[in-house]
Amino acid sequence: MAVPVISLDDVGQSFVSRDGQRLEALAGIALSVERHEFVAIIGPSGCGKSTILRQVAGLLRPTAGVVAVNGLQVSEPRDDIGLVFQRPTLLPWLRVLDNVTFPMKHKTGRVDDACRARARALLAKVGLADFESRRPDELSGGMQQRVAIARALLQDPDILLMDEPFSALDALTRDEMALELLRIMDETPKTVLFVTHSIPEALLLADRIVVMTARPGRVREVMDVPFARPRGLATMEDPQFNHLANEIRQQVFSRRVA
Amino acid sequence: MGARFADSVAPAATFVVIVLLWEGLCRVFAVPSFVLPRPSDIVIAAGAVEWSQWLGHLWATLQIVLIGYFLSIAISIPLAIVLTNSRLLSRTIVPMLVIVQSTPIVAIAPIIVVTLGAEMLPRVVITCLITFFPLVVSTTTGLRATPEELIELSRSLRAPRVREFMQIRLPYAVPYIFSALKVCVTLAVIGAVVAEFVAAQRGLGYLILYDTSLFKVPQAFAALVILVGVSLLLYRLVVWVERRFFPWALPRGVS
Ligand SMILES: Nc1ncnc2c1ncn2[C@@H]1O[C@H](COP(=O)(O)OP(=O)(O)O)[C@@H](O)[C@H]1O
Ligand SMILES: [Mg+2]
Repeated sequence: MAVPVISLDDVGQSFVSRDGQRLEALAGIALSVERHEFVAIIGPSGCGKSTILRQVAGLLRPTAGVVAVNGLQVSEPRDDIGLVFQRPTLLPWLRVLDNVTFPMKHKTGRVDDACRARARALLAKVGLADFESRRPDELSGGMQQRVAIARALLQDPDILLMDEPFSALDALTRDEMALELLRIMDETPKTVLFVTHSIPEALLLADRIVVMTARPGRVREVMDVPFARPRGLATMEDPQFNHLANEIRQQVFSRRVA
Repeated sequence: MGARFADSVAPAATFVVIVLLWEGLCRVFAVPSFVLPRPSDIVIAAGAVEWSQWLGHLWATLQIVLIGYFLSIAISIPLAIVLTNSRLLSRTIVPMLVIVQSTPIVAIAPIIVVTLGAEMLPRVVITCLITFFPLVVSTTTGLRATPEELIELSRSLRAPRVREFMQIRLPYAVPYIFSALKVCVTLAVIGAVVAEFVAAQRGLGYLILYDTSLFKVPQAFAALVILVGVSLLLYRLVVWVERRFFPWALPRGVS
């Protein structure tokens, strides 16, 4: 079997808070993600989902275990990974196009024509071809998040880490964005770690769903999602869809009893 | 349109009414002009002094205000960057800044003059002292207000720290910096006047001190009016620069 793109082996993370208290955020996390696999992480707030993403991005060094990307231990920040956050966090003083090319500008100090052309193509891909000269505050929340996705895809990273990217959006925009992400991932497959609070969203998007529990954050269950690709609205009408959603809901809530 | 019209006319109308009331009350109660001069006395006193004289005093004060203000900006913004960057320096320098800020500027001004001589330098230093603390505090707050996600993005790109500051933190701090710049430009006028009270042969502050010592109160008032005008004008100028060059930094709906 090929080397997994992302692998976490018995990973733990503890923090020391300001008053000297030790907080165990993650313990014994084992997870591997194959090339072009889409893995969703679901779990209560504070169970360490964002922490896992930061470890994979090399922004945080795990205090136990090994996090590896393409078989190599992650020891410093990686620039071959696309990051999408809950808030779009665009730069308000830059127009949309410059926001998309920002990673290049920030990394190398300059932006060439090829990069700009790529940014335009990505804006077209997320449906914002006509908005390249607008300022972020002229855009709706959903549109801003599309720009943030285009920004994450600028350097055509193989890995995409998305931390609750749609949870700040209204319900309709959310669904629309999920379908859009499906389409983009069909066109240009990526290895994705996707944190969400929405069970239907996870079922629609992911190949596998990791259910976590808190204090310390552990993997409770990993579920395969059986629906064939390409997926779309019809997937949600599959009778299995509700059944699986209920099953996951029980997993999420049973932690209270366990 | 009605609302906008009222917005611009209301302050002007209020101003005119106050001036007329002032004039009227002074006449009715026959207030002597060395106690409270009437607006008309002030205008006459202002006209009695030559234009070039006024300009000379104005320029002397303005010079101190501008040099002190810009010097203060040049010191405080880099200092804020240093403080944001280093916890250790922040811990050692900030308490000193607080001590400087807690010292009454009027009390320390004569000492500064004794130490630095009676030339322009002590006046500039006093103006700097009064303006730079709010600038440092605001800029530091702004530099720290940058969304954590953007700093993580910057780190994930392994960009040099300089770019983190130039391309993310500083632009994010612009609204904070401008709110301090607006306060500080009027503080700079106060600083310059205080400095002139202590040691100067020219300037509007000096003129007020000199005039009142001779009971030329209407002329002192004229100098005061000019000072207020300068303050307002400088404030408007800073507001204009912000709107003209940093429109994205304004809250929604203001432009
Ligand atoms: N830098 C840090 N210092 C101290 N505690 C942290 C830090 N980052 C995260 N934590 C703590 O670790 C736990 C997990 O955080 P996080 O990964 O953000 O959770 P989630 O994304 O699942 O809501 C939380 O209790 C949080 O307070
Ligand atoms: Mg989180």
